[in-house]
Amino acid sequence: MTDSKYFTTTKKGEIFELKSELNNDKKEKKKEAVKKVIASMTVGKDVSALFPDVVNCMQTDNLELKKLVYLYLMNYAKSQPDMAIMAVNTFVKDCEDPNPLIRALAVRTMGCIRVDKITEYLCEPLRKCLKDEDPYVRKTAAVCVAKLYDISSSLVEDQGFLDQLKDLLSDSNPMVVANAVAALSEINESSPTGQPLVEFNTNTINKLLTALNECTEWGQVFILDSLANYSPKDEREAQSICERITPRLAHANAAVVLSAVKVLMKLMEILSGDSDFCATLSKKLAPPLVTLLSSEPEVQYVALRNINLIVQKRPDILKHEMKVFFVKYNDPIYVKLEKLDIMIRLASQANIAQVLSELKEYATEVDVDFVRKAVRAIGRCAIKVEPSAERCVSTLLDLIQTKVNYVVQEAIVVIKDIFRKYPNKYESIISTLCENLDTLDEPEARASMVWIIGEYAERIDNADELLDSFLEGFADENAQVQLQLLTAVVKLFLKRPAHTQALVQHVLSLATQDSDNPDLRDRGFIYWRLLSTDPAAAKEVVLADKPLISEETDLLEPTLLDELICHISSLASVYHKPPTAFVEGRSAGIRKSLPARQGSAEESGTAQPEATVIPNQESLIGDLLSMDIGSSIPTPAVSAQPTSNIDLLGGGLDSLLGGGSGTDLSAGSVPTTTGLLGDIFGITTTSTMYTPPKACWLPAEKGKGLEIWGAFSRRNGQISMDLTFTNKAMQAMTGFAIQFNKNSFGLAPSAPLNIGALQPSQSLETGLTLNTNGPVQRMEPLTTLQVAVKNNVDIFYYACQIPIQILFIEDGQLDKRVFLTTWKDIPAANEVQYTLNEVKGTADTLANKMTHNNIFTIAKRNVEGQDMLYQSLKLTNNIWVLLELKLQPGVTHATLSLKSRSVEVAAPIFQAYDTILKLV
Amino acid sequence: MIHSLFIINSSGDVFLEKHWRSVVSRSVCDYYLEAQRANPNDVPPVIATPHHYLISIQRGGVSLVAVCMQEVPPLFVIEFLHRVVDTFQDYFSDCTESVIKENYVVVYELLDEMLDNGFPLATESNILKELIKPPNILRTIANTVTGKSNVSDSLPTGQLSNIPWRRTGVKYTNNEAYFDVVEEVDAIIDKAGVTVFAEIQGYIDCCIKLSGMPDLTLSFMNPRLFDDVSFHPCVRFRRWEAERVLSFIPPDGNFRLMSYHISSQSVVAIPIYVRHNLSIKTGEQGRLDVTVGPKQTLGRAVEGVKIEILMPKCILNCCLTSNQGKYNYDPVSKILHWDIGRIDVTKLPNIRGSVSIATGANTSEINPSINVHFTINQLAISSLKVNRLDMYGEKYKPFKGVKYITKAGRFQIRM
Repeated sequence: MTDSKYFTTTKKGEIFELKSELNNDKKEKKKEAVKKVIASMTVGKDVSALFPDVVNCMQTDNLELKKLVYLYLMNYAKSQPDMAIMAVNTFVKDCEDPNPLIRALAVRTMGCIRVDKITEYLCEPLRKCLKDEDPYVRKTAAVCVAKLYDISSSLVEDQGFLDQLKDLLSDSNPMVVANAVAALSEINESSPTGQPLVEFNTNTINKLLTALNECTEWGQVFILDSLANYSPKDEREAQSICERITPRLAHANAAVVLSAVKVLMKLMEILSGDSDFCATLSKKLAPPLVTLLSSEPEVQYVALRNINLIVQKRPDILKHEMKVFFVKYNDPIYVKLEKLDIMIRLASQANIAQVLSELKEYATEVDVDFVRKAVRAIGRCAIKVEPSAERCVSTLLDLIQTKVNYVVQEAIVVIKDIFRKYPNKYESIISTLCENLDTLDEPEARASMVWIIGEYAERIDNADELLDSFLEGFADENAQVQLQLLTAVVKLFLKRPAHTQALVQHVLSLATQDSDNPDLRDRGFIYWRLLSTDPAAAKEVVLADKPLISEETDLLEPTLLDELICHISSLASVYHKPPTAFVEGRSAGIRKSLPARQGSAEESGTAQPEATVIPNQESLIGDLLSMDIGSSIPTPAVSAQPTSNIDLLGGGLDSLLGGGSGTDLSAGSVPTTTGLLGDIFGITTTSTMYTPPKACWLPAEKGKGLEIWGAFSRRNGQISMDLTFTNKAMQAMTGFAIQFNKNSFGLAPSAPLNIGALQPSQSLETGLTLNTNGPVQRMEPLTTLQVAVKNNVDIFYYACQIPIQILFIEDGQLDKRVFLTTWKDIPAANEVQYTLNEVKGTADTLANKMTHNNIFTIAKRNVEGQDMLYQSLKLTNNIWVLLELKLQPGVTHATLSLKSRSVEVAAPIFQAYDTILKLV
Repeated sequence: MIHSLFIINSSGDVFLEKHWRSVVSRSVCDYYLEAQRANPNDVPPVIATPHHYLISIQRGGVSLVAVCMQEVPPLFVIEFLHRVVDTFQDYFSDCTESVIKENYVVVYELLDEMLDNGFPLATESNILKELIKPPNILRTIANTVTGKSNVSDSLPTGQLSNIPWRRTGVKYTNNEAYFDVVEEVDAIIDKAGVTVFAEIQGYIDCCIKLSGMPDLTLSFMNPRLFDDVSFHPCVRFRRWEAERVLSFIPPDGNFRLMSYHISSQSVVAIPIYVRHNLSIKTGEQGRLDVTVGPKQTLGRAVEGVKIEILMPKCILNCCLTSNQGKYNYDPVSKILHWDIGRIDVTKLPNIRGSVSIATGANTSEINPSINVHFTINQLAISSLKVNRLDMYGEKYKPFKGVKYITKAGRFQIRM
């Protein structure tokens, strides 16, 4: 006797027969009939016509029959709203039943009936059930509030169910708490404003943490996910939450483990990075992540996608676990590809030998997609781990020898990247590559090969023949290959003009006359004009130095990564996209961000919350020089986000085209008044603030004749960068512009560079006023500033160190009492000590000297013959730094203790002290 | 959370659907079926469609596809689906299309009990069994006679207690507690026989039939071996942290008490070796010679040895002789199965012979791998040892037993 019997039908028609059975007087018959109806419903047959007959069976003492009718109601009430009203009375009656099971069942089913008329009747029973004496009923009612909210949010708010739900967070039964949390987080998620309707505070968080230990595994997931949305007020609270959550890492349920990992990863942001606690926490995170990889493949996949994020955020956690990511031949392909990706991220000098021998093994597997990715991975290792480049190249050569078509093609694509990273190092292998020319049939591989030929045209004897052979089928090539061919031939012509004139004319006419691809035509015209008007300029443009590529190109953009870390274990973490980008109806939702560490709040607070929209500079240059960097480096799943790790001068590349077009010239040559004023003030100022001598920032040999000397200074509260430009080239330079990369203190030029034309062997001085309103991004070391200077010749990049004293602002004097309390408030872990050598002068002269540099002495004490100076200073980003300077008369060294909420600034400040004190 | 569930058979028909919120058209499954057609064995577990997310698992020839509409932890859904399959297996001793079809109504009742509005409600097998009695012939007959149903009409006792995994009033005449320590060796061994990677994935599975509310304490001789542990919710984590003992009130019946992971701290012993030689020359017959022998087994016999060799594509057929066990070669999947059984140390199992190669095939890219299965009884390869089991809270004296087994997990040898 199985349920399949419910599918036997007679000729009269199923519905008709069921109808008569449902109206049978015998209970047993009725029940059998309802079961048949349910069975039909299960397989998707429409049995809504039986609605009145089924509802008639509802009034019964038999629980199974009641349940079955309820199941039916949930499915069909929506299509028969008027009939559904008939059931309301029974529901209301059942909500008063002495049996808690029936009460719960009634309130649960009522919530599932999505008919407006019924929801009105639901309110009263629901209110009672939320206060029911039996926890089973309360727990069911909690979920019912979420259901009701989904149907009518205003009703829930008006009837005060949200407050009742909040009260349930303090319920004595952990199961009820868990369900209340689940309901609340769902309500928060779907709130129309995107603002959570219910915020958690310290008190509720404590209740949740207590319930966490006792509720079911599913409840634990809900509670952990809610905890992840809470930002503790200080480090101590964060630490205690961490301690109470860590045991969840040993749960058998993978969802619980990953949710716990999410909370811990988020809280670790608040904990100071160098504390022991943080270190042990990191250690505890690794084993559970590794264990997830021994579960079913689907769990592995989700875990791997999340590990990919974790490895990018905190590479240290899994750095010793490389081996668990080694691929087994019978892993599903989606697991294999993810493992490979993580292997490359973990690759370092320590394990590169192992990784390479594995990758080589994978490159001979059967699955084509996987093999390709493995070959690419070898290339990425070469770029990432410099000492291994040689081995990677020889491995790639071995693979080319296998003559397996797709392996060869993929290898050529990555070798092109290696050439870009290490120019003039591995050219000896070009001949081997050329041997495989005929087998290349994929556009990307062909384009890469053509690029290599063009780039090294001077070393390949028969480069012209090779390119000529490509030209025969020019019209049939993919646009990518056509563009490369055009550029390669022009490069060849510029390098070896003797015999290639015909070739270049041929390709230019092909590109400009026979092609209907606008990109190709435009580029053809540009080359043509360049070559005909000024071959020297053409050389500068086409054969310019290319910016180096780095291994970072496939990393997620940092702000996106931080946002995704907040979404570990969720769908967002699988797609590597913020939920706002793919969850429907969530466009208004607020974006989550990692909590900022205290003290450095300002620093990270001003960080741009959105991904930078400036187009990736690399791809711009790449396109011009037809290197197609963007496409040659695999960017899995992040292609929609600009990688933008260099966004200097992102938009300003247009001038490169014309070799200094008119607009740029005029903008550059008109000196701006602000700049001049700054200059005048700079000269006449009487402030004695220490200004370091100018240093050479860009030597002429790197700047193609442009030499830049510079220094930072602070005059009258205004930071400026004093620059000396010298033209050591033979030609005049024009079209100057300057831009800063994101830096730790948000320094940015407040006016354009006021340098017009720079004649050969001319030297110009300029002051560039700076503000601190620019984009902020932590640099390593902290005071590094990366600068790009553009002129008609090229773009030059250099990095300099900001002397931190220029960032000390004038109102850095603290009140005595405030100083004292702040000193006590800052934990001892944030104190750093330093010994100053060669200290000359008395305490007073020192204090005086300090004041000129905006380091203010708050108090002076004499303790046991030692002079103690208490000093304070404030940085432009509002970080307060408190200092205690201990001087012993007659001794040339002094002890300096520093306390600050963000101790990262300590090192540059010590350096500033050193330089200031050395002044006579 | 989980909106709907579809169960799909191997030929791509949806044969069961359950909706916990509004009804989602079954046409959404087309996205899943499309992915399945593209890659029958490797369907990605998470599929995005324009309006829904499909999270799926495959078991016993059926696919369970959960439909979600909002941001949801995928592992949560995957773990839940695993639990659904476990429950089906628990109830009907199998989870196949025919079994589900035979028990439509019970399946439907179960699904309704397990999830409410997409939130898991009751997934503990002992609670479910109290709510909905598993079908068996005796009960079906009794129900027909007495008119009773297999749906309980009172609240299950364990549901809201602090130990939801155990019901009250359990009674046995023979009180017994058996523990199986099962260790699986996952390894990759390269051509030269060097271990590239090895780890042990261990489980302690219990069968506990004890009356009342026993409180058990299990201790190990060498608990420091573990790299990572995950516990059944019944284990008191604090005591483990402090004393490294497992203290728990067990669920009734069969369950997994703990799983553990051993890899980094200790060198994993490899209990078996395979000496292999496959020589191939184009256009000729190739030769295959494989010998299997025990390595670090601490004197225990290696049993149930099975070897699967994934041959290169170019090999058409094999003509081999083995001194032990049977072999067969499937020319379609290119897998050579060799069922050896127990390894006799005095006469090591060997298989050798010729293989025929497709003419003109490219033989340079040969990359066969061997999958090894074996079992070693009465040995935990990590040398983990249970020290003692104590029972508190009840007066009777239970029978206790511990069994150790070592098995091959994903044990691969590259040729």
